[in-house]
Amino acid sequence: MAERRIIQATGMRPLVRPGRVTLGATILALLAFAAVFAPLLAPHNPIDQDLMVSFLPPFWSDGADPAYPLGTDSLGRDVLSRLLYGARIALTVAVIAAFLAGLLGTVLGLLAGYFGGWVDALISRIVDIWLSFPPVLLSIVLVAVIGSGLHSVIIAIVVIDWTRFCRVVRAEVMVQRNQDYVAAAVTIGLGRWRTIVSEILPNVAPLLIVLFSLEMGIAIIVEAILSFVGLSVPSDFPTWGGLIQEGRLYVNQSPWLMVFPMVCIILSVLGLNALGDGLRHRLDPVMRR
Amino acid sequence: MNDMLAIEALRITIAGRNVLRDVSLAVPQGHVHGLVGESGAGKTMVARAVLGILPAAARVISGHIAFDGAEITHMSERERRALLGRGIALIPQDPMTALNPAFRIEHQIVDVLRHHFGLGRTAARAQALELMHQVHIRAPERVLRQFPHELSGGMRQRVLIAIAFACRPKLIIADEPSTALDVTVQRQVLRLIKHLQARENTAVLFVTHNLGVVAKICDTMTVLHAGRVVEEGSVEACFERPAHAYTRALMAATPRYDQPAAALAPVPEALSRDLADEATAWDARHGAA
Ligand SMILES: Nc1ncnc2c1ncn2[C@@H]1O[C@H](COP(=O)(O)OP(=O)(O)OP(=O)(O)O)[C@@H](O)[C@H]1O
Ligand SMILES: [Mg+2]
Repeated sequence: MAERRIIQATGMRPLVRPGRVTLGATILALLAFAAVFAPLLAPHNPIDQDLMVSFLPPFWSDGADPAYPLGTDSLGRDVLSRLLYGARIALTVAVIAAFLAGLLGTVLGLLAGYFGGWVDALISRIVDIWLSFPPVLLSIVLVAVIGSGLHSVIIAIVVIDWTRFCRVVRAEVMVQRNQDYVAAAVTIGLGRWRTIVSEILPNVAPLLIVLFSLEMGIAIIVEAILSFVGLSVPSDFPTWGGLIQEGRLYVNQSPWLMVFPMVCIILSVLGLNALGDGLRHRLDPVMRR
Repeated sequence: MNDMLAIEALRITIAGRNVLRDVSLAVPQGHVHGLVGESGAGKTMVARAVLGILPAAARVISGHIAFDGAEITHMSERERRALLGRGIALIPQDPMTALNPAFRIEHQIVDVLRHHFGLGRTAARAQALELMHQVHIRAPERVLRQFPHELSGGMRQRVLIAIAFACRPKLIIADEPSTALDVTVQRQVLRLIKHLQARENTAVLFVTHNLGVVAKICDTMTVLHAGRVVEEGSVEACFERPAHAYTRALMAATPRYDQPAAALAPVPEALSRDLADEATAWDARHGAA
């Protein structure tokens, strides 16, 4: 934040920024690659158990089996394969949930920001009420009520996080709608909807891309939390949160079981945040040069 | 001689406060009419009333606005939209924010032409290029491909003038179209507006707080103070025989045309007290709404 101020004040382009976009995009690309090609990349079926090879250590330790590069868990399932399939679920949830939350939040934010008045008052009140619920608790209660499963996880994330899009978009639209170009659009005879969609929305789009990227990171965390508490997909199905939960039981014996999924989550979220933050600057039309 | 724009006893309040107190003025076809007054006099409010983009809190209490002989005071949004662009166009005050930052110049001009004339893409593009020539933009091909932030203020104002004249409107409202520019560029912009106006025989309502500009390009003028008309008539008559002490004070305070226009020297205290009293008396007679 402070860094950004300085940049704006001095008009300088930070040297690290392009690096952040590259870093974030690379991590996202790796994640997508792992998710899409999991069946080809995974050396084993992620749910095949083989008690003969349980608790194998990762490849650099003594007694590792090259057939299981990152070792095995308590039931002899291949950790690498489970992580790869976990990436599938994480990315699917992240993309769909962020898209739907973005869609809902953006539509309401555009309406509130453009029309103001009672429309804004109504939407803003709903957002305020929404924000007074603790988000993680809300999602757990929600999934407990509508039943576990991937679709419930997605619904939970959308229900919690549409407000983030709504608030940011509303604030941005309020700024944009007072710009003369909006009055100019009206004075050349464009209708309201046309003004919102083809004049204002393109100016909000860079912000949406940034928010989308950040939201994917959040969705990955929420999915992990819900699968950690066992409210996501059925438990033998590999999710990163589920892997942490299982690994937790054997943390003294084989800490890697817990460390690997954590690293996956942290790297993904860091990558998405770096991407979002880097893009914020790249996509700003005024700073685009 | 028929009036392209005729405003009669227009009274507008914002949140119960009178901002226009029975303002009347007429812009004959093919003439440039100056609307002068200090900051807060209500000049922009007159312009906005004609364009139908009053702030949400503003109410038209009484009076009429006629465009080309037809009453437009209480037009529906749809009817007014048909009028805007081809009938009435705006040259906005601030060239920095009046162009949409998200789109290239070409897109913004072509959009207007397609919207109003249903031109095809190629025809609209050729027309855009022609317009760029008419507003004396060198290297129009390049400018068309640029984004607003890549252009200087004077350049953007030329683009805005091109857009305003694009649909060959009968009336153009120019709200201080040159105040944001430096003096040399300001003069070029004014000359350009005058030139195009004369060629197209367009009526122009020219809003400014600079009497020097009025003397230079206007045929008739209205002096506004605190939402009241204090002086009106042909520019020669007003300059030679100002009827109101306020106009005389303004004239004494007006710098030469080619000097910065920002500083209107303060009006004598007794006079501004008189004027304030007159406004109060007016409110008392008419009720504060
Ligand atoms: N959106 C608004 N809400 C409330 N009051 C407003 C609004 N816009 C203008 N006013 C008030 O209306 C009056 C007339 O304002 P207007 O903008 O027409 O002045 P102006 O003559 O254009 O001044 P300037 O030279 O500064 O542009 C002022 O007293 C101003 O405070
Ligand atoms: Mg004004």
